[in-house]
Amino acid sequence: MGRRLVYGFVLTVVLAVLWLALSGMWSNLLITALGAASVAVSVYMTIRMGVLDGESVPFANLIRFGRYWGWLGGEIFKANIAVVRLALAPNLNIKPVLTRVAADHGSDLARTTFANSITLTPGTVTVEVEPNGFLVHALDESFADQEAFRDMERRAVRASDGEAPA
Amino acid sequence: MSPSLLIEYGLDAVSAVLMITGAVFVLAGAIGMMRLPDFYTRMHAAGVTDTLGAELIVIGLMFQSGWSLVTVKLALLGLFVFLTSPTATHATANAAYKAGLKPLLTRFRPGGDDQNGSPL
Repeated sequence: MGRRLVYGFVLTVVLAVLWLALSGMWSNLLITALGAASVAVSVYMTIRMGVLDGESVPFANLIRFGRYWGWLGGEIFKANIAVVRLALAPNLNIKPVLTRVAADHGSDLARTTFANSITLTPGTVTVEVEPNGFLVHALDESFADQEAFRDMERRAVRASDGEAPA
Repeated sequence: MSPSLLIEYGLDAVSAVLMITGAVFVLAGAIGMMRLPDFYTRMHAAGVTDTLGAELIVIGLMFQSGWSLVTVKLALLGLFVFLTSPTATHATANAAYKAGLKPLLTRFRPGGDDQNGSPL
């Protein structure tokens, strides 16, 4: 109960800040009141749907996620260059592969983060989610490096769950 | 030239470089979409457009808007694109796979073994 109270409070604050930032309506009393009402309805619906938990209010790990996104941004940059070089080479030479990537560590959030990170990185897309792994399509066999996937999974689990996988 | 004008020109230059680079990546993604052989490989080229292309343009625009609410909105826009585009890509790829579209899994080399590159 105590934890849910904290989640509800954090969600209210975040939604209020988001509404203020997106609308820019700080002074008109009526419109601000309508904004407050929409925040209240959103929080009420979250509670009613029973999804008020650490997964819908993931702000406790914001710093860890920030660090992870910084690393991921670097990887995305490198992968973009690699894909553009392959796709614009005068003589196209690619060997697409479907590969299975094991993913049996961490919570659902960690697995989702991992699968999304694979898709977000150009050159690899998660095609199918299986009970203990993903089916990944890679533009070229050079993108299907299992060691790189392991490293990404380790980082995704650490960012989502706060601990390294066993 | 006053320092404030210099800063303004500097910001404009940084923003222009970022946006032009972003546009180049969008163009490269589009050309890749045309050149690659099948649905799945083309999707990778589209990925270039909605990661580096879109984010570089958004960051370039943030330099144009300065310290204002617009910058906050652009930052949120970048974050949401970052979070939602892989979900959309995965949904598309998964739908194609479930519908039975088989990916091309052999080496694709239309130019043959000519190492010097043949004109398309």
